[in-house]
Amino acid sequence: MVAIRRERIDRGVKVRTEGIYAISSLSDMLYLIGPPLTFIILLLSLPILLEFAPYWKRVVNIMCVYALLSISFDFLANCVGLVCLGGSFFIGIGGYFSAIFNIYFSLPFYISIPLASITGAVFSTLLIFPCLPLKGVYFAIVTLMYPLLFTRIIEALDILGGTNGITGLQSFPDPWTEQYTIIIITILILFFMRRFMREDIGLVLKGIKDNDQSVRASGINITLMKLLSVFIASLIGCFSGSYIAHLYMWAGISLFALDFSIIPIAATVIGGGGIFTGSVIGSFILVPLSEFLRFFGTFRIVIYSIILTAFIVLKSEGIVVYLQRKYHQFERWVKI
Amino acid sequence: MNGEIILSVRSLSKSFGGLKVLSDVSFDVKRGEIFGIIGPNGSGKTTLINCITGFIKPDSGRIFFKDREITALPPHRISHLGIARTFQITRPFFTLPAFKNLIIPLFSSRARSIGGWRGAGRYGNRDTVAVDILEEVGFERDSRVPFKLAAALPSGYQKRLELARCIAMKPEVIICDEIFSGLSMSEIASMIPLIEKMHMDGITIVMVEHRLRELFRVADRIMALNFGEKIAEGLPYAVIEDSRVKEAYLGTED
Amino acid sequence: MEIIIYGTINSIILSLLSLGFALTYSISRLPNFAHGSLFILTGYATWLFMNRLLLGYLPSILLSILITAIAGLLIYNLILKRIRGMEISEIIATYAIALAIIEGLRWGGLRGAVHSLPPFVSGSLMIFDVPVDYQRLLICALALFTYLSLYIFTKYTKLGLALRGIAQDERASMMLGIDSDLVASLSLALGSALAGFSAVLILPLGNIVVEAGYNVLISSIAVCIVGGLGSWVGTLIASFLIGYAQILTERFLSSHFQMVVALFAIIITLIIKPSGLFGKQKELEERV
Repeated sequence: MVAIRRERIDRGVKVRTEGIYAISSLSDMLYLIGPPLTFIILLLSLPILLEFAPYWKRVVNIMCVYALLSISFDFLANCVGLVCLGGSFFIGIGGYFSAIFNIYFSLPFYISIPLASITGAVFSTLLIFPCLPLKGVYFAIVTLMYPLLFTRIIEALDILGGTNGITGLQSFPDPWTEQYTIIIITILILFFMRRFMREDIGLVLKGIKDNDQSVRASGINITLMKLLSVFIASLIGCFSGSYIAHLYMWAGISLFALDFSIIPIAATVIGGGGIFTGSVIGSFILVPLSEFLRFFGTFRIVIYSIILTAFIVLKSEGIVVYLQRKYHQFERWVKI
Repeated sequence: MNGEIILSVRSLSKSFGGLKVLSDVSFDVKRGEIFGIIGPNGSGKTTLINCITGFIKPDSGRIFFKDREITALPPHRISHLGIARTFQITRPFFTLPAFKNLIIPLFSSRARSIGGWRGAGRYGNRDTVAVDILEEVGFERDSRVPFKLAAALPSGYQKRLELARCIAMKPEVIICDEIFSGLSMSEIASMIPLIEKMHMDGITIVMVEHRLRELFRVADRIMALNFGEKIAEGLPYAVIEDSRVKEAYLGTED
Repeated sequence: MEIIIYGTINSIILSLLSLGFALTYSISRLPNFAHGSLFILTGYATWLFMNRLLLGYLPSILLSILITAIAGLLIYNLILKRIRGMEISEIIATYAIALAIIEGLRWGGLRGAVHSLPPFVSGSLMIFDVPVDYQRLLICALALFTYLSLYIFTKYTKLGLALRGIAQDERASMMLGIDSDLVASLSLALGSALAGFSAVLILPLGNIVVEAGYNVLISSIAVCIVGGLGSWVGTLIASFLIGYAQILTERFLSSHFQMVVALFAIIITLIIKPSGLFGKQKELEERV
C-alpha cells in the first residue's frame, strides 16, 4: 500500500510573473491581466448587453450596491478581524443623511451623495467607537443591534418620516448615469481596496486580525487603526446607502432591512474572504438569486442563512478563492 | 551617562480577583545594565512586565521611565517612549513571511520618528530594512529563511524574530520575558552573543528568566520575586545565596 | 407604587428571559444568538400542538419544551461543535440559525397578532391598590423556583458541579475526566429549554409575534452585558436596572421605547464600564 499525498505547485507562469521585471511575453502578460480585464470589460458592458431586459438592468444597480457592501464587510472581517453583523446600519445612515441633505437642505444629488457618505461615515464611526477597544464579540453585538435600534427609534419618535419614510428625493438625470456611476465606483473601490491592502498599512491591519497583542507591543495604536478601518468601511457603506436612496427616490426604515446585513456576509463566505473579488462575485451570484426567490417572501432569508451556515460549518474556502487557487497552482499526487 | 536610573518602579501592586499577584514591588534599573528578574512560577514576573509595558493597569504604585511617569499608559505610548518587550509564548504573525513580520514595528510612530533606518517608509524599502534587521538578529540573508512563513520557523528563530521585532523600534530598554525558555543549550549559546551585542549597543535589558545559569552569564544585577513580593536584589551570586531565595526555590527543611 | 410593582415584575420577567442565554455563555462560552428564536419557536410549537393537533395545554407545553431542548442539542452537535472556539463564526452561525427560524416561522404562518396562548390562571388581585394578574404572580413564583432549583442543582448534584467546573476552567475539568463536548451540548440544551420555559410562561401575557424573537435576543444580550458576562449577581441586578428603566420610559414617554432602552443600556455600559457591573475584566481583553 503506497502512501500518497497531494502536492500543490505554483504554475510556471505564476512563478515567472511574480517579479514584474520577468514579464516578457504576451502570454505572461495575459496571465496577469486576463482575469481583472475580463471582469472590468464584462461589468462595463453589462448595461449595454442587458438593453432588452430592463428589469435585469435595474438589478445590476442593486448588484453593485451589494457588491460594495460586501467589500466593506470583507474588509472589516477578513482584513481587520471585526465582524460587522449589521451592514444595513451603514445603508440606513447613508440613505437618511442623503435624504436630509437633499430634502431639508435642498442640495442637489451630486452634492448630497458625497456629503452623506462622509457625514454618515463620521457618524457611524463615532457610534461604533465605544466597542473598538474591546474584544471582537462586542463589535459583532453592537453592529447587530444598531440597525434594530435605529429602526425602533425612528418608529417610536416618528421622526424623519416615521414608518412612511422621506419621499421625493431627487433621482439621477438619466438611467445611463445611474448605472455607470455605480458600476464605475464599484470597480474603482474594488481595485482601490486591493491596492490598499498591499500597502504596509494593509499589512498592519492584517496583523491586528492575526495577533493584536503583538501589534500593540510593536508600538501601534490599534484603536486608531480600527477606527480608520471602520471609517473606510462605513464610507463605502454610506455611499451605497445614499445611492440607493436616490435610486428609489425614497429613504425609509426598510433601508435598515435584514437583507442588507445578511447578503454581504453570505456573499463573502460563499465567494471567499480576504480578496475582495470573492465578495463581489458572491454578491453577483446572490442578488440575481434573490430576485428569483422574491416570490418566496421572507423564506429567502432562510435560504441565505442555511447556505451561510453550511459554508461556515464546512469551513469552505469560497468559490473565488478556490478558482484562484486552481488558476495559480496545479496539484498532483506524490509518494510520501 | 551610564549608571543613571532609567526605569524606576515604586510600590507596584496588583490583584486579580482575590489573588494578590504583585505586592508592593519597587526596584530601579540603571541605564545600560542587564537586569535579571527571577522567581518561581506564579511569583508575578509576567504580571510585572505587563504592568510596566502598559498591558495591565496596576492597582497602585508608579512607574517612571527616564524621570517621566508611565504608569497606566497604553502599550503603544510606552513603546513610542522607548520600552520594547517580548512575549513569553512567541506569537509572530503566522500567516506572514518572517521579514514581513517586521513591517509592523517599522510602521510604528517610533520607528518612523526616531529614524535611523534609512529609507524605511518609502514604498517597498521597509522590506529591505526588514531583511537587514533579520540579518542582525542572526537570520542568514542569502538563505530562504527570512522569507519563510513565520509559522514554519523553528522556535529558536521565532525567539530571534521576537527580538528583531523589538530591535526594529530602536528601543532604549528591552524587556525579555523568558526568552531562553524552550531553547536547547546550543540555541541559547547562540542567543547570548545577540544579547551581549544589544548590551554593547547601549540598550538596557531586563530579563525575566528561569534558567539561572545562563542568566548569570549575562546579568549585572538580579532581583528575586516570590508570591508577588521582592525578596532579594543585588549581584547575582549574592542573591542566589540569600536564604529567602533558597527557601522560595527549594523549600525549607522542617 | 404602580411603578414599583410593575417594575419588579418586568425585571423578573427579563431575568427569566436572559437566564438561558447567560447559562449557556457562562458554562461553555457559547454565545447562543439563536436564543430569541428558540423562545418564539417554543411558543409557536405550543400553539400548533394545542390548536392543530388538539393536544391538551400541559402536554403541548412539555412537548414543545422538549422539542426546543432537542433543537438546542442539534444546534450544538451539528453546527457549533465544528466551529467551537472561533467565537465570531459561532456568532454568525447562531445568528444565521436565529434568522432561519424566525423568518421561517414568519413565512410559515406566524404573521399578524392572531396567535396567542391562554394564561394558566385568569383573574387578578390587588397588591397595595395595584392590579396584578395571577399569571404575572405565577411567573414570579416560578422564576424564584427556577433560580432556587438551579442553585441547588449546580451546588449539590454531580452534574451541576461538572457544569460549574467547566465554567471556571475548561482545561482543568477536561483533565479530570469531564467531557467538555457533552457538557457543552447539555448547557445548550439547558439554555434552550430555559428559553422555552420562559416562553410558555411569558407569552400568555400577550400575543405571539415573531418580533419577540429579536426583542428577546436584544434583552438577553443587554442584561448579560450590563451585568457582566459570567456573573449571576450581575445578571440579576442588571435585569432590575433595565426592567425599571423600561417601565419608567413606558410610563413617561411611550411604550415603543422598551427595546431602545435595552440597546442604550448596552452602548452606555460599553462606554463606561465595559466589563459590566460585576464582570471579570479578563473577559474583555485578551490575556497576555
